Amino acid sequence: MLLLPSLSTVFRRVFALADVNSMYASCEEAFRPDIKGKPVVVLSNNDGCVIAQNKLAKEVLEIYMAKPFFEIREAAEKLGTVVFSSNYELYANMSNRFATILSKYSPRIEKYSIDETFLEMTGMSVDYSDYGHTMKLDVLNSIGLPICVGFGYSKTLAKLANHCAKKQPRWNGVCDLTSVSDTELDTIMQELPVSKIWGIGSRMEKRLNAVGIYDVLRLKRANPKRIRDHFGVLVERIVKELNGEVWLDMEDMLPEAKQVMSSRSFGERVSTMDKMKEAISYHASMAAERMRKKNLYANGVYVFMMNSPHDQAVFCSSSLSVGLPAPTNSTLKINEMSQAILKRIFQPGVYYQKAGVMLLDTVPAGGRQTDMFGYTERDEKSESLMSVMDKINNKYSRGTIWLASEGVDETKDWTMQRNFKSPNYTGDWGELLEVR
Amino acid sequence: MQNPIPVSQNPSVVLIPFFEGKVRAGQSRFASAAQDYEMKELDLNQLLITDPPATFIIRVATDCDSMIDVGIYPGAKLIVNRALGSKAKSSNIVIAVVDGEFVVKRLYKRFKIVRLLSENKAKAYPPIEFKDGEELMIWGVVQHVITSFT
Repeated sequence: MLLLPSLSTVFRRVFALADVNSMYASCEEAFRPDIKGKPVVVLSNNDGCVIAQNKLAKEVLEIYMAKPFFEIREAAEKLGTVVFSSNYELYANMSNRFATILSKYSPRIEKYSIDETFLEMTGMSVDYSDYGHTMKLDVLNSIGLPICVGFGYSKTLAKLANHCAKKQPRWNGVCDLTSVSDTELDTIMQELPVSKIWGIGSRMEKRLNAVGIYDVLRLKRANPKRIRDHFGVLVERIVKELNGEVWLDMEDMLPEAKQVMSSRSFGERVSTMDKMKEAISYHASMAAERMRKKNLYANGVYVFMMNSPHDQAVFCSSSLSVGLPAPTNSTLKINEMSQAILKRIFQPGVYYQKAGVMLLDTVPAGGRQTDMFGYTERDEKSESLMSVMDKINNKYSRGTIWLASEGVDETKDWTMQRNFKSPNYTGDWGELLEVR
Repeated sequence: MQNPIPVSQNPSVVLIPFFEGKVRAGQSRFASAAQDYEMKELDLNQLLITDPPATFIIRVATDCDSMIDVGIYPGAKLIVNRALGSKAKSSNIVIAVVDGEFVVKRLYKRFKIVRLLSENKAKAYPPIEFKDGEELMIWGVVQHVITSFT
């Protein structure tokens, strides 16, 4: 009898993380060669504050991120800054193209956020650095977006490699940590503060600093057991991942990020609208609940669904994101928006393998602005309803109370102030790029 | 003895095409021959878009008549493959960036001569010439043109 050992016993696991540099600004630049070399900023909904900027804007405007737009407007205009309202439709379309291109390079990819995708590289006999440069060039040539790629023996290491690729010019955008010597790896890690590690937030950074752990190498060499006793099992796993042990598989992710995502592969393929509605409704509630726990509010909603690149059928991945009229973490509003998006992107005849809801550009409670229609009162009511809902769901099992998300209206035409919005080049026949 | 380990831990689903012919009880079991073709439909995407993630649709300005000799009329929609832009060949119809603006032209490359040519004999637009060291950015290659007559 032929015995085949499983993949991971033969090959050491290798992960790649590909990430678009300044995603929102790069999407705008991809269609505007005339603004090359200028600082670019992208505003939140209702043109409230800066939520994204390109490298140049970062340099010349210093730290304008999250500042109200009216405060920086004059200074920005003086410097010739090009300003855009957020065009979520465009960003989602480009994100989808990005992931589709990457699916050529690995049979197993996982969209982690609107601008980041993990690829499983295990068992591929390629020079990772060359392969990464090929991906980078392909994405740049195909859709005009600049990306960075990092390779490592765990997702945490791939993410760290990606950080090096992006911030350290010597890598030229592709960093393969599996090919460097142990001493070189130690040197790299020694230069990076622990805050650069995936999943280490500012609070955890302070706690680690308090016991003398400042750089990545120090954490890597820490005793996992003692780390667990002091900082919990998540940080223990990070230590193991830094040592090249795989604790986060594809699909596993850390509860972190400026985007909050809820997604899962289906046990059984989903091909009907009704089933998909349920799945999206579930993910919308999960994501909203997570936001409320962290006291965060979302500015945009992103919904995606895909079949598997393994399928004999054509790889089919569709997604769309829209901005919300005012930042919210209400399950009702997030679900309403998600269902509206679902209606627009669902394709009959596709056997979907995975779907999810992602909340974009989250802001803390203090940083949100209400929209001009006096959303506030309704929001407060909705907030108290949500907190009751969370309490009941926490006390009893999850899902004791849920939304009856049937009979959702047609896509609501959200009226939003978006004075600097670029055309929806990829999603509206009336707004195509023009040539003469 | 060890248990056999499955070849794939995560087998992909194999979709088997089927024909939607109905078989009614008590009637002839022979389905109409036409039923075999019921599932097949012409898909324009298949014909026009060979590389979906790299394909963009661009509209020709309503006052642009520089390419009418090759059938690119004002207001037409162009199906453009951006990935081919970096390997555009002489005689390709390309979307290029000239002074920060998008133009549609025929690319002419010979030895060190690089030109963008118009295709309108009646108006004889002069070619745009690129001298040594001048950078020409080709954004994409036009693969198809869609003109509506109605």
